[in-house]
Amino acid sequence: MTIQFKPDETFRDEFSYSNSDAAVLRFPFPFPEDAYMYSVNIEPHVRGGPSPAFDNPFDVDEHYVAECRERAKVLEQDPSRCKVLPHMMAAEWDTLELIMESFATSYPEHFTLTRDGTSWTWENRPLGIRDSFTFGDASTLPLPPFEYITRQAQGDFTLQDQREDNLFVDGGMVTTQADWSLDFDVGMTFHQWHGPVPLAHQKGVFDRALKFLLRLQYGAPVRRLNWTMTVNPRLDTSPENYPQWGPDRLTLTPENIGRKLHLRVELQSLFRLPRSNAILFGIRCYLCSIEDLARVGVWGKRLHRVLRDLHPEIADYKGTTRYRDMAVAYLAPFDDGAELPAGTAPRQSTLAPRS
Amino acid sequence: MTALTVPLRVAATVPLSPTLRAFTLIPADGGLAPPSGPGAHLRLHLRSGGKLLRNAYSLTSNPEDRSHLSIIVRRVAASRGGSAFLHEEVAEGDVIEAGLPANLFPLVRTARKHLMVSGGIGLTPFLAYIAAFEAAGTPWELHHFCRPDERAVFEALLARLPASRVHIHCDMALGALEDALLRQPLGTHFYTCGPAALMEAGLALAQALGWPKVRLHSESFGGAAEGGAPFVAVLRRSGIEVAVGAETSLLAAMEAAGVDAPCLCRGGACGQCLIEVAEGEPEHRDHFLDEAERASNRLIMTCVSRSRTPRLVLEL
Repeated sequence: MTIQFKPDETFRDEFSYSNSDAAVLRFPFPFPEDAYMYSVNIEPHVRGGPSPAFDNPFDVDEHYVAECRERAKVLEQDPSRCKVLPHMMAAEWDTLELIMESFATSYPEHFTLTRDGTSWTWENRPLGIRDSFTFGDASTLPLPPFEYITRQAQGDFTLQDQREDNLFVDGGMVTTQADWSLDFDVGMTFHQWHGPVPLAHQKGVFDRALKFLLRLQYGAPVRRLNWTMTVNPRLDTSPENYPQWGPDRLTLTPENIGRKLHLRVELQSLFRLPRSNAILFGIRCYLCSIEDLARVGVWGKRLHRVLRDLHPEIADYKGTTRYRDMAVAYLAPFDDGAELPAGTAPRQSTLAPRS
Repeated sequence: MTALTVPLRVAATVPLSPTLRAFTLIPADGGLAPPSGPGAHLRLHLRSGGKLLRNAYSLTSNPEDRSHLSIIVRRVAASRGGSAFLHEEVAEGDVIEAGLPANLFPLVRTARKHLMVSGGIGLTPFLAYIAAFEAAGTPWELHHFCRPDERAVFEALLARLPASRVHIHCDMALGALEDALLRQPLGTHFYTCGPAALMEAGLALAQALGWPKVRLHSESFGGAAEGGAPFVAVLRRSGIEVAVGAETSLLAAMEAAGVDAPCLCRGGACGQCLIEVAEGEPEHRDHFLDEAERASNRLIMTCVSRSRTPRLVLEL
């Protein structure tokens, strides 16, 4: 199916980003229950599930072209957002192969990969790219392999090298992040880079997740959802640019919060890479205004309950403290208190018009 | 979890010695062989005499070359049937189902030099290692121990490599190894693969000489083990008995019996498949339960754990 891209939407300045009704209905809503707490919510990354966003190894949607443009802008201003340590070259090629193969298989109308031994030709029609190169020879590509292919994909990516029974974040392309810095974290161990997360360490979440990931197998990727909230549809909420987006929180009013406040969901996927034995971590960011989310009956009610009852430490860590009460007040009229079924499916196929 | 498999055709099989045989495998449906890295193994699904054996063999082919995959198989006297089957019954043109390459013996890419110590057929993962080192120009050194009657076989396998890096020893005297361990530059990693006695001796020697543990690596297929002794799971509440075979998990067996058992990660980490045990003793293989919970034997993670007793009664 051909995707109708929206190449001119923006994630800064006038913020012209918006979701079509279809994009709202396929949003990977992250709350299967009325209460939220950290857990090892990892599941096999296989086709199927409550959202079509899970149907492919890497999801491409209507925002693809605009997101790749936004990434290019961020990199132009701050090249340190893409960093890969020198021993990760095999993992760079693994990543390029995985994304090219997946895109070409999932979206043949938009992407084509032609291979004859190590002579490869890659066509990316939405971005107007066609390059022939020699797989394994970085000098035949216009950019290093990891940067080349992740500039053509939505969402952030990090590369984890596995050694000493640990995972080291030894590379990444990070321009659409929820307030963490690759430049600061690069080279850290699994527990070091998760250091700032509250409560989860004490619950043993990271010990269990690390043991699980050390055994992750090629051909059996896994996924989980994570979430936070962002004022305005801004992809680049980085510590480096905090002065630009931090003050946005002061602009919320009861009148504009429905349009301005976005639930930010990360579809996180983890792939064992076959040559390098590294792990590719995909962090695919989805943004949806709470006004649009409330057009899905079960989502508006559930989001109201989750935000209302959120553990204060988690609410603070996610940066929601300043506006949480206002968001809960906005969502309260959508919640009749009825018992909701477990799960995240929207349970409706059309949306009410925006009020 | 049902792992993906690929059908591979035997393109060539060549005897190297009375007990060693090399196999060249290509994708049965054409195309490129699945990618792999140095140290990866291939798990072959061998159907011999009504039995299904899943034997793992280190890949010896150059990982950069995806036209084929290669393995070398030693026919072992105490074979469960796998190596004898490969030696005597598998012929060129046959198709064998195989799991995707998996790697439990990856090389360390931050190392400045790689020192390898192998014994007999334990050389196989290092053939793939060396192909990668030669391609990248990374310094390496190999000490291979073998019986005198097989020296010529291994010399032939290593013939194209720089003689200054390859050292073949036909006695178990570790003096040469001690010399090698004493004169490595900082940042060298040590890898060993072969008979347990050789690996243990090599690791002990390296530690005695002051090598840090994080620089020492040995091949082990233990982590790849799935399955175990068959047992019967009795689901007390629903009154169903499920036979759990040697090659399936408790969770998969319950699912096959139509039981809607809880699960999420299927890898022993998330805790979703936790079920109370009424009778029997679980064999815990998960990362979720703490020591006290394990010792109580009152809980089981059905996705990875099994039973030490022939019957396990569950509150399900």
